[in-house]
Amino acid sequence: MSVMFVLLPVALIFAGCALAVFLWAVRAGQFDDLETPSVRILHDDD
Amino acid sequence: MSTAEAAAGRPLPGPGAAEDTGANAAACAHCGLAAPLASIEAGAPRQFCCEGCRAVWAILHEHGLERYYALRAGGAPAPAPVADRLYAELDDAGFQGRSCRPAPGGLLATDLYLEGVHCGACVWLVEKLPGLLPGVAEARLDLPRSQAHVVWDPRVLSLSAVARRLASLGYTPHPCRGQAAQAARRREDRAMLGRIGVAGAVAANVMAIAFALYGGMLDGMEPEFATFFRWLSLVLTAPSLVWSGGVFFRSAWVALRAGTLGMDLPISIGLLVGFVHGVVNTVRGSGEVYFETVSTLIFLLLFGRYLQRRQQRAAGDAAELAASLYPTSARLVEGDGVREVALDALIPGARVEVRAGDLVPADGVIVAGRSTLDLSLLTGESAPRGVRPGDRVHAGTLNLASRLEVEVERTGEETRVGRLMMLMEEHARRRAPIAQLADRISGRFVATVLTLAAITVAIWWRVDPARAFDHAAALLIVTCPCALGLATPLAVSAAIGRAARAGFLIKGGDVLEALTRPGRMWLDKTGTLTAGRAELARWHGDPAVRSLVAAAEAHSAHPLARAFGRALGVPSPGVRLEIAETHGGGIEASVDGRRLVVGSPAFVRGRAGESPAAIASAVDALIADGLTPVLVAVDGEVRAAAGFGDALRPDAGAALDHVRALGWRPGILSGDDPRIARAAGARLGLEEEACRGGVTPEDKLQAVLAARAEGPVVMVGDGVNDAAALAAATVGVAVAGGAEAALTAADVFVVRSGVGRLAELLDGARHTMRVVRRNLVFSLGYNVIGVTLAMTGVLNPLLAAILMPLSSLTVILSSYRARTFTAPAPAGSVAAAPIPAEGAR
Repeated sequence: MSVMFVLLPVALIFAGCALAVFLWAVRAGQFDDLETPSVRILHDDD
Repeated sequence: MSTAEAAAGRPLPGPGAAEDTGANAAACAHCGLAAPLASIEAGAPRQFCCEGCRAVWAILHEHGLERYYALRAGGAPAPAPVADRLYAELDDAGFQGRSCRPAPGGLLATDLYLEGVHCGACVWLVEKLPGLLPGVAEARLDLPRSQAHVVWDPRVLSLSAVARRLASLGYTPHPCRGQAAQAARRREDRAMLGRIGVAGAVAANVMAIAFALYGGMLDGMEPEFATFFRWLSLVLTAPSLVWSGGVFFRSAWVALRAGTLGMDLPISIGLLVGFVHGVVNTVRGSGEVYFETVSTLIFLLLFGRYLQRRQQRAAGDAAELAASLYPTSARLVEGDGVREVALDALIPGARVEVRAGDLVPADGVIVAGRSTLDLSLLTGESAPRGVRPGDRVHAGTLNLASRLEVEVERTGEETRVGRLMMLMEEHARRRAPIAQLADRISGRFVATVLTLAAITVAIWWRVDPARAFDHAAALLIVTCPCALGLATPLAVSAAIGRAARAGFLIKGGDVLEALTRPGRMWLDKTGTLTAGRAELARWHGDPAVRSLVAAAEAHSAHPLARAFGRALGVPSPGVRLEIAETHGGGIEASVDGRRLVVGSPAFVRGRAGESPAAIASAVDALIADGLTPVLVAVDGEVRAAAGFGDALRPDAGAALDHVRALGWRPGILSGDDPRIARAAGARLGLEEEACRGGVTPEDKLQAVLAARAEGPVVMVGDGVNDAAALAAATVGVAVAGGAEAALTAADVFVVRSGVGRLAELLDGARHTMRVVRRNLVFSLGYNVIGVTLAMTGVLNPLLAAILMPLSSLTVILSSYRARTFTAPAPAGSVAAAPIPAEGAR
């Protein structure tokens, strides 16, 4: 069971990576406008 | 692609546009509205309703962008305005310094507010700009804000060229106002999202660890694992508490120093006690820890707050950007030429040209030209006023008829409209915020919870001193008002979101609460209760001469002539007509050989002699009712009298009845003649003393301030003359169709013009508050359960972790299941639709 002492920090590192990606997306402004991308995605001609 | 081609070749008409115009009517190839008979070209493959639409269609066709018509299927745009401005003010160094930012590679970037964007096809077309115009590197459209982000190469082309191209596509660009504030809000939003991300990640992981601890609670766990899990939870919760939860501590502290108890105080107490208690027990190695509850609380509370702010922000942004529509340039007359200059660059003594349809840019004196001005936005006067050289004109009035040249006397903040704006801003700043229901409860809530905690300690001290503080801490954590803190934000954000889809932009939750406490309601008349333009209200005399009048008036741009056109319809073709219009008084014409004189009583008397007794008494009756009389003489004999007035909107009566039924006391504040205000009030069933006419904008402000001393005041208006009163009222409601200044001053903006939907707004507000109260009852119920469990010593972390999310979930469901602002519009409200194209009837 002492594998817990290793596995848990590893899992937390994964979680930390996901959080870092989210924070990057927020800073890059990907959450500023949540409406326009939903119509932009329908334009598939180019 | 087949549907696209079909739609490009044979565009779908707009909703209900072409059906009722008969078989020979043609739909405009660009906007889909029926093309007027006058602009139809026989044999042409495509018809257009106006030159603006023709130009846009040609550009799209030339660049192979017909796909636009397929993409926008369903929502048809308004007819495109003719693009004839140069936008020279955008190339001004001062403007570029303020509003443009450098982009990599020597490029420049700026934001432009676009008129007329409404759907996905507009996004597609605007973002095709780099292909249409070499030198534009990027164009991104933010649809909800109608804001285009443009990156261009200043070495290749100027910003004014970009603006001209956007205008030629039918999207009139305007420099954005309030960009600094918008950027600040955007930064705040991003910081908030970051906090939510951290709090969410922490909550999920701490909860996962807590499940292991719960398992240990039931089946037993080796102590070294329990210790490890607790320390790990502690380390994870700390950043969430300090960084994400810091928002609550700061605002609780600010409120405390101001001497008030906000909702953030009980939240802060609960979070701090929960965390400190957990740290103590982790270090001691015994007792309960509530880290998972603390971290979940932070996440849920922040999320609720973010949702609420996002909805309110959308309404605020929309109103602020609408202010960008105010003209930023003027047409300066220099020698023989006319040059566009930035409004800021105008100086007293300059000479400007004001074309028909333009707003007067500054206060000044007319030096050349005669025209008719619409003063309704500035003063509330409904009757258009004729002006001639030597007359004084004010900025913000609309030139209706023909070109004027004006010598500028005062500009910017020194104009009458500028002074009104400053008055408005002053009152908007001074207004005290409305304490929300949840905040008013929170003081009592804190006192109750602290008393209960003290009682718990006192009782348990005698039974088991070691556990007395554990139980008191458990009580404080479980009563940390998660559901209470979410109850208002969630109900309000859900309601504001649905209200926005129903056409109400609401700038704050406190507004909805204030709208449920009835008091005085002042309404502007011109443009709000009425359509804001003259209509033929009465006709006395021979109906046979109507067709002659229709034929003669069809060729005049005078507002009364247009009202004749709307009431009498389009003349039958093939009439022989000779016109000799006399400005300001009336029109003289020969129609099918008969001599026709239509105009003011003085004008007609001078050309056709005295009226018969019946007509003369009819004119007196018209004047007594506040209508503008117009006489009609045929072959030298006065045959009819017409009365013009600014008619009440058809749905105004029903709306005011509903408003009164809810307990409000409505009244009219109008800049129009007192007789007209009283006549309108009488038809709406208002008492005479509640209908004040002839009031200046300053009087309106005083009336609102006086009424505020007695209770809540709602001001409903649409013009610059209402702006200060809107800002000073408890709640200001601006209706569409008026001045953009009114939007920034108001707390609620109704997207459709008129008061027809006022009742819907008040009902929606009442419904929202019912949901808020229901939520508060739910969360207080959960708190009673939690307190009972904690005081009896039964509560453990597992129970707390179940109780907390359950209470939040109840509140979330209750908020989003509510059907606020989804009631169908009342039947009468369809009548005030925008002016239809009546030309083709």
